Amino acid sequence: MTNVIETSQLTKSFNGLTAVDKLDISVESGEVFGLLGPNGAGKTTTISMLCTILKPTSGTAKVNGFDVVKEATQVRKSIGIVFQDPSVDDRLTGRENLYMHANLYGVPPGEHRSRINEVLKLVELEDRADDLLRTYSGGMRRRLELARGLIHYPKVLFLDEPTIGLDPQTREHIWAYVRELKKTHDITVVLTTHYMDEADRLSDRIAIMDYGKIIALDTSAKLKDTLEGDVVTIRANNLPALSALLAEKMRLTKVRVNDGALEITLRQGKSSLPRIVETATANNVFIESISLREPNLEDVFLHYTGRIIRAESGEKLPRGMSAIQRRKIR
Amino acid sequence: MTELRGFYTLWLREVTRYIRDRVRIVSSFVQPLLWLVVFGVGIGASLRGGLPGLNYQQLIFPGIVGQTLLFTSMFMGISVIWDKEFGFMKEILVAPISRFSIFLGKMFGDSTDALIQGAIVILLGFALGMTSDPVAFFICLPIMLLITFGLVSIGLTIASFMGSLESFGAIQSFINLPLFFLSGALFPIQNLPDWMQNASKLNPLTYGVDALRTVLLGGAWQPYQVQPLLVDIGIVAGFDVVMIIVGTWAFGRMK
Repeated sequence: MTNVIETSQLTKSFNGLTAVDKLDISVESGEVFGLLGPNGAGKTTTISMLCTILKPTSGTAKVNGFDVVKEATQVRKSIGIVFQDPSVDDRLTGRENLYMHANLYGVPPGEHRSRINEVLKLVELEDRADDLLRTYSGGMRRRLELARGLIHYPKVLFLDEPTIGLDPQTREHIWAYVRELKKTHDITVVLTTHYMDEADRLSDRIAIMDYGKIIALDTSAKLKDTLEGDVVTIRANNLPALSALLAEKMRLTKVRVNDGALEITLRQGKSSLPRIVETATANNVFIESISLREPNLEDVFLHYTGRIIRAESGEKLPRGMSAIQRRKIR
Repeated sequence: MTELRGFYTLWLREVTRYIRDRVRIVSSFVQPLLWLVVFGVGIGASLRGGLPGLNYQQLIFPGIVGQTLLFTSMFMGISVIWDKEFGFMKEILVAPISRFSIFLGKMFGDSTDALIQGAIVILLGFALGMTSDPVAFFICLPIMLLITFGLVSIGLTIASFMGSLESFGAIQSFINLPLFFLSGALFPIQNLPDWMQNASKLNPLTYGVDALRTVLLGGAWQPYQVQPLLVDIGIVAGFDVVMIIVGTWAFGRMK
C-alpha cells in the first residue's frame, strides 16, 4: 500500500492561534480516512491545506505525490471536494453545474456526457438533472455536490462534514454512496465529521482530532478496545450518594455524571448490574433506569479528551440562511 | 486548453444566468426610457436653442447608453458577493485553472450581459426615432464592449474586497453617480468650469460616451467632440488593460 496523502509537521496558525499543530498523518491509497473531532478542532483547516485553499504556516503535505504549495495545480487536479457549506449555483440546473465542473477540471469534452450520466446515476439524480438547483432539497444538493466531486475521477475525495444538517434518511443515502464508491472506484476518501456514528460506519481508520492535534489514530474497533470494558448508565434520585456508594462498596471509580445520569465504565458490565442495583436499594437510593452498552466512539473521544464531543455550533448555517432570506426579500 | 475551457464555461455561466433572469431584462427598459423621454423632453423644452444642430434628447441618448453600461457593469460586481455568500466562489477558486482565466471568464460574461443591456437601449433609441442608422448600431457594439470591460473590472475588483451586500450599495454613491455626472452624458463638457472639465477628462467613461456620440450623432457632434474617435477608443482600451491587471490581482488574493 502506498500513501496517497502524507503530511509532515503540518501547521497552520491564524494570528498566533494554532489551528493545526504539527500534524503527521499518512493516508493509504484506497482507504476511507475519518477525521473526527469537535467544531474548531482543526479538521476543516487541515482539509483546506490539503486542498490547497490555505497555505500551511510551516511543515509540508503531499497529496497524490504532489506538494500542496509548490504543485498546487497538480494537487487540485487529483482531488475532489465536497465542502462543508453548499457550493452549487442554484440558478443553473444539476446538469449545467456538472458540465461546468467538468470544464473547469479539464475533463475531455468527448467524455462529458457519459461521465455526467455516470455520476448522476450514482447519486440517483437522473430524473432531476435538468431542474434548476433551487428546486432541489438540501439532501439532493448534497448528492449533486458529491457527484460533482467525482466527475474528473479524482484520486482523493475530500468530504468535509458531508451529512451536516441532513435528515437521517438522507444521511444513510450519502453513506451508502460513499461505501459504493469505495467498492467500485479506485478512490481514497478523507472525511471529516463530528458525528461519531458517521466516522464509525464509514471509516477504515479514524483520527481523533482536538485542539489541532491528532490524539488517537486507529481502526474504530481498536480505538474502542483501548477503553476498558462496558458503560453502565444509571438515572437515580440521588446521584452523588450513589456515586459515593459505588466507589466505597464496589470500588467503581471510573464514574462520571453526564446529562443527569451516572456513567460507569467497568469490566463485566452484565454481571455487575445486579450488585449495583442491590447496593443502591440497600442504601435507599432509588434507581429510575439502568442501561448497559458496549463502548462507542463517543466514549473513546471522552476517554482521550476528558470531554464529550461538542455539538456543532451551527455558525455556518445561519449565515447561509440569512443570505437566503435576504435573497427572498429582494 | 484547460484554461480556455475554464474561461468559456465561466463566461457561459454568467450569460446563462442573465438570460434566465427575465425580470432584469424587462426592467432594463424602464430607467433609460424615463431618462430619454421624461428627463430628455423636460430639460430639452426649457433649453430651447441650447446647442445648435442638436436637440437635447438626441444629445443625451448616447449618454444614457453610457449610463446603462456603467450602472449595469458596476452592478455585476454583486455576483461576486453572491458567489461568496452562497459558497459557489469556493468551487471556482479551487479549480485547477489560473485566477487570470477565472477573472477574465467572469468579466467577459458580465460584459456580455451589460452589452446586451446597452444594445437594448440603442434599439429603444431606434423606436423613439433618435437614430435610424443600422450601421452605427453595429459600430457601437464593439465600442460598448470595450467600455464595459473596464467598468465591469472595477465592480468585480471592489466586490472581491467586500464581505456583504450591504456595503456594495455604497458603490452607487461613491462611484456610479460621480462617474455618471462627470462623463458628459447629460451635457457637453466644453463649456464647463475648469475644475469640472478636468475631473471629466480623468473619467474614462467620458471617452466612451464621446465615442458613442461620434458614431451615433455623426457630423452634428463634430464641434463638441472631446477627442477623435480613435483616440477615445485608445484611451478606453488602455483603461481596460489596467483594470484587468488590477482585477486579476484582486482575484488572486481572494480565498
